[in-house]
Amino acid sequence: MKDLSLHILDIAENSINAGAKKIVLRIVEDPVKDLYSISVEDDGPGIGVDILHRVEDPFFTTNRKKKFGLGIPLLKQAALDCGGHFNITSNPGAGTTLFASFKLSHIDLKPLGDIGSTMLALICGHPEIRYVLFYEKGDFYYGFDTDELKEALGEAPVNLPEVLMSIRNSINESTGGRAAAMWKANE
Amino acid sequence: MQKLTIDDLKKIKEQYAATFNLRQGGYKAKVTVHMGTCGIAAGARAVMNSIVEELASNDVKDVIVTASGCAGFCSKEPMATVELLGAAPVKYCYLNAEKMKRIFREHIQQGNIVEEYALVMGSETSY
Repeated sequence: MKDLSLHILDIAENSINAGAKKIVLRIVEDPVKDLYSISVEDDGPGIGVDILHRVEDPFFTTNRKKKFGLGIPLLKQAALDCGGHFNITSNPGAGTTLFASFKLSHIDLKPLGDIGSTMLALICGHPEIRYVLFYEKGDFYYGFDTDELKEALGEAPVNLPEVLMSIRNSINESTGGRAAAMWKANE
Repeated sequence: MQKLTIDDLKKIKEQYAATFNLRQGGYKAKVTVHMGTCGIAAGARAVMNSIVEELASNDVKDVIVTASGCAGFCSKEPMATVELLGAAPVKYCYLNAEKMKRIFREHIQQGNIVEEYALVMGSETSY
């Protein structure tokens, strides 16, 4: 994965495939604590204790037709490579929260990248799901919620091409834009 | 492009209401972009963004874009399946934004399969 927004897309797809109806994405950049963190929280069926410690293993998958599952191990590796932490907490029936943190000043920290495109891909692929995005950078704060958007749109579906384009551009502009999201972290 | 405002949303809402009857006929094509870990790592997000951009800029209302998981051909990602109403689905492989635009013009709009990029014709099982 070239940037963190691709990891976020991948992890959110896991939640959707597990049957989540609501996904909360949090991106926090804290220069004071020298910390960058992302978390993906869903309301899916959760992961049982027997499996929970194994999902970080690249050779573990619940897919009967494959022998590997790389999404979670790739993000874990990215976090640990940057002096960060990684954990997944889950309870059957109570959803799953995946958390990955990075040292903000670490030379290997990937840029956030095009988070607007990630949101476009998620909403376009699975418009029935409620997505909530929180973005914090120091004192700056930005929030996005597809439920608010759906309310404003009324009958019009959220996956109309022009709506998706507006969402992408709006998110990218509010979070510093595509270009600004690249490598600002290490300035 | 400007930030999304409430006025923009109202406009979209009104436009949608005005064209609603035209939509009753349903969709003429469905594009499924494969969004497994393998697809995402290879560039599926750009492919999906590319098709949505084309639909928006050409004002196409009767094509639905959706996502599926890994189809088991990880080395051929990014892949997408294009299904025209009444025709067998076609799987395309090794895609990028530019190739997707050509598929939109030639296959979705004109009905000619882009054989150069096609992998196989047949129905999809996502697992």
